[in-house]
Amino acid sequence: MSPDLLKLIFGRLGLDSLPLHEPILVATFVMVALCGGALFAGVTYFRLWGYLWREWFTTVDHKRIGIMYMILGIVMLLRGFADALMMRAQQALAFNGSEGFLPAHHYDQVFTAHGVIMIFFVAMPLVTGLMNYVVPLQIGARDVSFPFLNNFSFWMTVGGAVLVMASLFIGEFARTGWLAYPPLSNIGYSPDVGVDYYIWALQVAGVGTTLSGINLICTIVKLRCPGMTMMKMPVFTWTALCTNILIVASFPVLTVVLALLSLDRYVGTNFFTNDFGGSPMMYVNLIWIWGHPEVYILVLPAFGIFSEVTSTFSGKRLFGYTSMVYATVVITILSYLVWLHHFFTMGSGASVNSFFGITTMIISIPTGAKMFNWLFTMYRGRIRFELPMLWTIAFMLTFVLGGMTGVLLAVPPADFVLHNSLFLIAHFHNVIIGGVVFGAFAGINYWFPKAFGFKLDPFWGKLSFWFWVTGFYMAFMPLYVLGLMGVTRRLRVFDDPSLQIWFVIAAIGAGLVFLGILCMLMQFAVSFLKREQLKDVTGDPWDARTLEWATSSPPPDYNFAFTPVVHDNDAWWDMKKRGYQRPLTGFKPIHMPSSTGTGIILAGLATAMGFGLIWYIWWLAAASFIAMLAVGIGHTFNYHRDFDIPADDVIRAEDSRTKLLAGAK
Amino acid sequence: MNIDTHAAHAHDHHHDDGHAHSTFSGYMLGFVLSVVLTAIPFWLVMSGTLPSKQITALVIMAFAVVQIVVHMIYFLHMSPKSENGWSMMALIFTIVMVVIALSGSLWVMNHLNSNMMPIHEMTGMK
Amino acid sequence: MTVAVNPSQTGEPVFYVADEHPHPEGYSTSLGFWIYLMSDCLIFAMLFAAFGVLGANYAAGPAPKDLFDLNLVAVNTSMLLLSSITYGFAMLTMQQNKIAQTQMWLAITGLFGVAFISIELTEFAHMIHEGATPQRSAFLSSFFTLVGTHGLHVSCGLIWLVTLMVQVWRFGLIEANRRRLMCLSMFWHFLDVVWIGVFTFVYLLGVLR
Repeated sequence: MSPDLLKLIFGRLGLDSLPLHEPILVATFVMVALCGGALFAGVTYFRLWGYLWREWFTTVDHKRIGIMYMILGIVMLLRGFADALMMRAQQALAFNGSEGFLPAHHYDQVFTAHGVIMIFFVAMPLVTGLMNYVVPLQIGARDVSFPFLNNFSFWMTVGGAVLVMASLFIGEFARTGWLAYPPLSNIGYSPDVGVDYYIWALQVAGVGTTLSGINLICTIVKLRCPGMTMMKMPVFTWTALCTNILIVASFPVLTVVLALLSLDRYVGTNFFTNDFGGSPMMYVNLIWIWGHPEVYILVLPAFGIFSEVTSTFSGKRLFGYTSMVYATVVITILSYLVWLHHFFTMGSGASVNSFFGITTMIISIPTGAKMFNWLFTMYRGRIRFELPMLWTIAFMLTFVLGGMTGVLLAVPPADFVLHNSLFLIAHFHNVIIGGVVFGAFAGINYWFPKAFGFKLDPFWGKLSFWFWVTGFYMAFMPLYVLGLMGVTRRLRVFDDPSLQIWFVIAAIGAGLVFLGILCMLMQFAVSFLKREQLKDVTGDPWDARTLEWATSSPPPDYNFAFTPVVHDNDAWWDMKKRGYQRPLTGFKPIHMPSSTGTGIILAGLATAMGFGLIWYIWWLAAASFIAMLAVGIGHTFNYHRDFDIPADDVIRAEDSRTKLLAGAK
Repeated sequence: MNIDTHAAHAHDHHHDDGHAHSTFSGYMLGFVLSVVLTAIPFWLVMSGTLPSKQITALVIMAFAVVQIVVHMIYFLHMSPKSENGWSMMALIFTIVMVVIALSGSLWVMNHLNSNMMPIHEMTGMK
Repeated sequence: MTVAVNPSQTGEPVFYVADEHPHPEGYSTSLGFWIYLMSDCLIFAMLFAAFGVLGANYAAGPAPKDLFDLNLVAVNTSMLLLSSITYGFAMLTMQQNKIAQTQMWLAITGLFGVAFISIELTEFAHMIHEGATPQRSAFLSSFFTLVGTHGLHVSCGLIWLVTLMVQVWRFGLIEANRRRLMCLSMFWHFLDVVWIGVFTFVYLLGVLR
């Protein structure tokens, strides 16, 4: 075949795009291929494809979509953490003339991929998954406002993750750092596919995130059960509302800035170039207008989780509910006013830097208020040190530390010294791991029995907890020290041998965290095997306070046989205290949305389009785009998207719960 | 911002599509106003009637703001009541965000440009 | 639903709705679509920000004065305004359940939309022909992107309009179709609002500079 024809068919994709010369990647590929092949064979052998397609891939049930988000987040955590281990190992080894084991070309991809994956494909899916699962239950709704969109959003997120993973074995990922600043990310300095993978993975996933944000806002605004006024909403629902408002108000900015960058790369425009009037600094400005709210998008739901957990396990109403709500709202607004603190050193004048420095410091006030609310909730409470509570306490200690280093960095003169140093790296891992990751783990341990009907095993959970917490401190405290000593981020080799000991300690810490992750996987496996022992028949294993615990574990497809009526902040607590009797008769058919495969098909086409654009395979991009339009328009011709669950099915489900409850007594 | 009152009716079952029913006179009024509000700025710029460019610029920006409000009311049927006030709240929130992001970007980038090397002069030297 | 919140006649608190009516179909749609429009509004805001910051960087290339023909912009603006009022008429006839007239007004709206896009493309072609391409300067990059994104939205609106006309033709003015027409109405008028910003800040202020 002629080279022209090959280029027409495959764009710039060729055999040399496969990283066969990188032994680490080849070995990884073999591992992934073996595991993937085994999984595929297993699913085929047990004839599970039909079940997976009908019950999971095409489902519009918010609970199943939430669980799928969590699985995505945990799978991607393994990938992102593998990158972290490689970085820690590289930096611990590359002293005294040693080059370490990662060539620069590979190392740069590793730190970029680590950041991108951890934020977009670990933290976001974990947070979105928990919100998806819990919010409709907490507000007494049957599903989200737009169930089909929910399915579509999830698969778009998966599409983005698929593109990032594909970059591991086909071509390469960006070597620019996780925000891909130009001019480095412009076509002149990054001519290969790495940045294009970055752009299209985030664009595809970003569409999903924005739509799911709109969806959850509508759900919370429109579908609350009777009696649940705004100020009677559980705090987690409040934080979810604010997070989704932030998503809708900030992800469009990311979409725009990435679109402009891709225009620079694909069309040759001059937004962020050095010539013809372009300004790379404008990119930095725009991307942080998205980037700072993103931080709060991640941490607000975690605050919500800690609020639920603290009041449940202290056996007390949350202290200062109103102040908690207002603190959340204030953080939401303020998070939009601080973006410049990410580039104090870029050259703005004193007035600009002081304005943004002060707004940044102000954010610590509502956050501090929250911290005191949790402390006062625990004060004189009857605290049960179950796993979710342990994670919460670890969070409170860790997050205060991270917050204080944050306030330090908010002072522009201090930032000039610490900017881009390992001190900064330690700070944001301190708040993201201490806040978001611990929050997600608290949430997983807390709501797991609701989702699956059995608790998680406490022994392996505690082991995982202690490995994580000690590992975290060992891995990141040395980075504070190194940062104060002036070591900058993203370095691959070091000259000064006196630094090595700190990097070695950090690497050991990362190893402990790795054990923590293994224990967590073990915890899932052991809990599954011991599920009969750990079974929750009551639907309320923690003696909790909010509505999601009013229904069975796992909840039926329709969540509540009768829509609840709420009189109090702690609705379920109130129901328990006032002698609520579960209705046993009078069941009626329940109107529910039907499953549809359109979401996964559309997202698959979007991913194919992204792949085509990355590799300049124009026919593929055009064809998938047209197919997407056709499928999307075709979907609108289907006017029958709902069905009724027959009353008989409702009666059967509710009767079996009645039997379970009777057995428990 | 009285959040509680919105939710008291959040579960109203009577069908409310959130928009006042439109009328012919409403649309016509909106149309006539918007034609006038479009024509005047064009005329001001094309004829150069006003003494200075600054004044012209300020005047046409004022016209744009008024016209946007007119479109919001007569074409988009915005009212504080639609969707129990949530549409209006979303709009106000968006406007705040837009103002912050736009004016902030201009301020920040202007500062950068005057502190660092001004970009347009640099390229002008070529 | 306030009754359910209060204790029932017997004095026992009510904890669930025994006689429930599901939310009508499309209960959240208009709010959801409005929030989508708000996110779209932020997309345009950022493009305006890019234009505001980079719009004076001509890189020794053509400036707005050399390029913009305000007569053409005025004609184009009137196309969009006319399409707005005709869409309004479509909504009014829809309320009166007149299918044929609704379809007619929708078709007229579509024609105005097509006219708008054609004029815009002509303008673009003319500029590119003169060497004022998007690659020429940051000013032109941000100009083409901002105005082009608006044009792209109008084109999407046209595709949507045609789809809806087919659906009204096949299924009539059923509740679902009315809701969709209302969403497109919001979309269409929203693009009008964005255009006010475009002609004021890009064209008029550009020529003034």
